[in-house]
Amino acid sequence: MATTTALRPKQRARAAHSFARPRRSPLLTALTGLILIYSLVPLAWLVINSTKSQESLLSSFGLWFGDGFSLFSNIKDTFTYNDGIFLRWFANTLLYVVVGAGGATILAVMGGYALAKFDFPGKKGVFAVVLGAVAVPGTALAVPTFLMFSKMGITDTPWAVIIPSLISPFGLYLMWTFATDATPTELMEAAKVDGASELRTFFQVCLPMLAPGIVTVLLFSMVATWNNYFLPLIMLKDPDWYPLTVGLNSWSQQALTAGGDVIFNLVITGSLLTILPLIAAFLLLQRFWQSGLSAGSVKE
Amino acid sequence: MNTKHGRLLRAVAVSVVAALALAACGGSDGDKSSSTGGAADVKAALKKGGTITVWAWEPTLTKVVKDFEAEHKNVTVKLVNAGTGNDQYTALQNAIKAGKGVPDVAQIEYYALPQFSLAKSVADVSSYGASGLDKTFTPGPWASVQQSGGIYGLPMDSGPMALFYNKTVFDKYKVAVPKTWDEYVDAARKIHAADPKAYIANDAGDAGFTTSLIWQAGGQPFKVDGDKVKIDLSDAGSKRFADTWQKLLDEKLLAPTPSWSDGWYKGLADGDIATLTIGAWMPANLESGVKAGAGKWRVAPMPQWEAGANATSENGGSSLAIPTASKNKALAYAFMDYATAGQGAQTRVDAGAFPATTKQISDPAFVDKKSAYFGGQEINKVLAASAADVVKGWSYLPFQVYANSIFNDTVGKAYVSKTKLADGLADWQKKSATYGDQQGFTVN
Repeated sequence: MATTTALRPKQRARAAHSFARPRRSPLLTALTGLILIYSLVPLAWLVINSTKSQESLLSSFGLWFGDGFSLFSNIKDTFTYNDGIFLRWFANTLLYVVVGAGGATILAVMGGYALAKFDFPGKKGVFAVVLGAVAVPGTALAVPTFLMFSKMGITDTPWAVIIPSLISPFGLYLMWTFATDATPTELMEAAKVDGASELRTFFQVCLPMLAPGIVTVLLFSMVATWNNYFLPLIMLKDPDWYPLTVGLNSWSQQALTAGGDVIFNLVITGSLLTILPLIAAFLLLQRFWQSGLSAGSVKE
Repeated sequence: MNTKHGRLLRAVAVSVVAALALAACGGSDGDKSSSTGGAADVKAALKKGGTITVWAWEPTLTKVVKDFEAEHKNVTVKLVNAGTGNDQYTALQNAIKAGKGVPDVAQIEYYALPQFSLAKSVADVSSYGASGLDKTFTPGPWASVQQSGGIYGLPMDSGPMALFYNKTVFDKYKVAVPKTWDEYVDAARKIHAADPKAYIANDAGDAGFTTSLIWQAGGQPFKVDGDKVKIDLSDAGSKRFADTWQKLLDEKLLAPTPSWSDGWYKGLADGDIATLTIGAWMPANLESGVKAGAGKWRVAPMPQWEAGANATSENGGSSLAIPTASKNKALAYAFMDYATAGQGAQTRVDAGAFPATTKQISDPAFVDKKSAYFGGQEINKVLAASAADVVKGWSYLPFQVYANSIFNDTVGKAYVSKTKLADGLADWQKKSATYGDQQGFTVN
């Protein structure tokens, strides 16, 4: 992988405009700029407005700071409101991400590897099922899953969120394609000739080579689980098990009802705090993510 | 209690409810034996103790639950906020359909109660002692929980309507506080002419508000007799409302801000929305959500359709009801009775809720209370008077939750396009009737 991309600019060095030194296009630059603004404005809005109190939130211009700087008191209130329920939601989200997204990654890696490297009857059928599953949005399955889970008696428990999160058809498909390219069959055969068992070949020889793919799948399922809203909304009724998404929405809905305590400022600050871990995860794992993405799409 | 939700979510919710309501018609598998109990059972259940689950979003119940548990040490009440309004109804229908995870007590708004009571999803609680409570509650809410001789819930709060207005705006532009809806239209013109950013009110199309105004105008567009339903959204009351409101729409005198949005709270705070014709539960929301409005707002009686009259209607408000699938109805009733008719009623009024009980609403400590937010005005005098003047004979559809969900797609057009309000109402009637027929009712 790394060597082939490094070669590319050299191969095209004679061309006037290369991959490394592309032709300038004002139109494309403007378009990219627009998209950049489009994606950054909500973020800027969030940061700016998390510094406002509930009162100045309604009395100041949305895209600029109001009077007073209440970020720290907002953060303090977010963590302490309603006996610190925000921290509980934070812990729940972490639990769902670690067990759900972590489990989904492990399953996808093992399944994808097996599908890429072993031949068995019915493989085409599995392929069709996985591809079909990629096409079905999770939201569409939420209600049937709810009815099924409630027959099993596990709605309103963390399992109701974790179990569906364990399944990631897209992750499986990505690992499948990735493993096909990234783990040379020759190398696996060499390992076996040297006396390594199937398990040892997988864990010690192939797994390190799959690392970029694993990180990609991990990030994908982390984001999906972290942002999961509709599934926990349907499954959970007990606020003690809410993830942040559903919890923040319940705070926001306090404004919709008679006698409700209106806390838009805490909803905004809470949202800011909610996206920080995701931003951190992206910055730390960015390199892997990029190479993993291209590995999934480029057929070498 | 009005609620606004994302349209998409609402559409999803409604289709789920619809599907489940259909399915629910098919089977009847609840054990009927447990549904008949008496007052003695309630006492026995309290003695025995146990755990009940309550689904409610009303914030004042938290304290009520604590007090109740302190008084009855062997009873545990799990108070769960399963969503506000529609979200909770969807969850409740889901649970009823699945037959598992059904709460023992659920908060249900008056407009939505017939949908649950007619399907027998909530139990008739007359025999537990509710039939002896007819002097306990104010007439409006008490009528709202009854359906063909049964009592399907206990009123928790009420929303007799009044005109909340921003006095500073009216003073600034020297506009008199309107006493009739015609004066209201005039006031709307004056305010908007004086400040193009200011409107007399916001209205982006709100089913609850529209039906409340038709109610006040003497309309009875929904009539229910068993499974025979009559919808007539062109009766005299509905027409009266449509004619007046059409003027406000034609002259663009209403701010297109949806209620309960952040823009709405902003408008209420900075004077761009000068009045609110809304239920008596509003003061608590103004105090918590519109802090900047302190000292500016006042309460006046609802504008009248005929000068000198004093007709009002209810807007929002909810009951507590016991789902038929509850396994512990007697204990559930004990809590419900405590929360609505017992000590809980006072606790909730102290926390800012508007009472549905005659005792609290006529209590001098309540009526004569001066509100600092409203510049020292004794607002409860106006609000309690409104509760006594609610026009009788109103009923909601047994599928009002669905009907309200399609309000924006029908009547709502009049707010955003050239469609006339009367045509919108006719369309609403047609689509609601079609749905009613599909649900097994005989409509019109």
